[in-house]
Amino acid sequence: MAHARFVEIGRVAYVNFGPEKGKLCVIIDVVDNKRALVDGPSTGVARQQMPFSRISLTEFVLPVKRNQMSSNVAKIFDSHEVVKKWNSSTAGKHIEHSLRRANLTDFERFKLMIAQKKKSSALKKELKKLTVKH
Amino acid sequence: MVKWYPTEDVQKVRVKRANKPARLRGGVSPGQILILLAGKHQGKRVAFLKQLESGLLLVTGPYKLNGVPLKRVPQAYTVPTSTKIDISGSDFSKVTDAYFAKEKENTKKTEEAFFAPKKEKKPFSDAKKAMQKSVDAGIVNKVADPVVKKYLKTKFRLRNGMFPHTLKF
Repeated sequence: MAHARFVEIGRVAYVNFGPEKGKLCVIIDVVDNKRALVDGPSTGVARQQMPFSRISLTEFVLPVKRNQMSSNVAKIFDSHEVVKKWNSSTAGKHIEHSLRRANLTDFERFKLMIAQKKKSSALKKELKKLTVKH
Repeated sequence: MVKWYPTEDVQKVRVKRANKPARLRGGVSPGQILILLAGKHQGKRVAFLKQLESGLLLVTGPYKLNGVPLKRVPQAYTVPTSTKIDISGSDFSKVTDAYFAKEKENTKKTEEAFFAPKKEKKPFSDAKKAMQKSVDAGIVNKVADPVVKKYLKTKFRLRNGMFPHTLKF
């Protein structure tokens, strides 16, 4: 519970489904137990209601006030370099990698397969050295 | 008013238009690597040489790499990949639809011929073997990357989690 991420004003969220999929936004207000008012002027998310089922909370919280003006939200967002921090975070990198994996061509997939085979055979070799022989 | 019918049935003359050869789809160009989808060589990755007059695609393995000879393939039975190899050093201008025509056998339909023991299959002609070699030589020599050679040798295979409609080729 201590390390849980809470829905709060200023929490940066990543949109998983819907028309704003793949974008970051900031929670500006909470409508009810299922919806938040979000805004992402720097990332192209218009100020709108967003169901919590569509978003994932990130580790970042910004010092944004409740119902703050979009232009001020943009200023705070940019000054905290949220996009940069997101791209270098584990979750951000994971998303970048899965996007890259989805766009691999047939030849790239083949090269990936060869690399994985090499890696696993090298690992198995080392593992064999370490296992106790009965 | 009742429709007017002629006293004698007149056949409507329909003008038969010549079929245009199939359009080359998917941005395919000579040297592109295709995946064959059907037949003995399904899953094999082959080099596309040119489109023949009949609309079929002329492909070659190359034979040494994956056992696919000079072959005609309908476009519908291929998937084009985004990889291309250099085939400029290869001369396949003499390979046309006529090259693939079957030799006509003079068989008389007589009783003896019917019951006679079946003739042996004709061996693959030396001229065709030579053509295959000359066409392939220009291609295989230009493939510098051993990974590309391995790529042509390996068959395409779907695995768990690979869905053709989401895959990029």
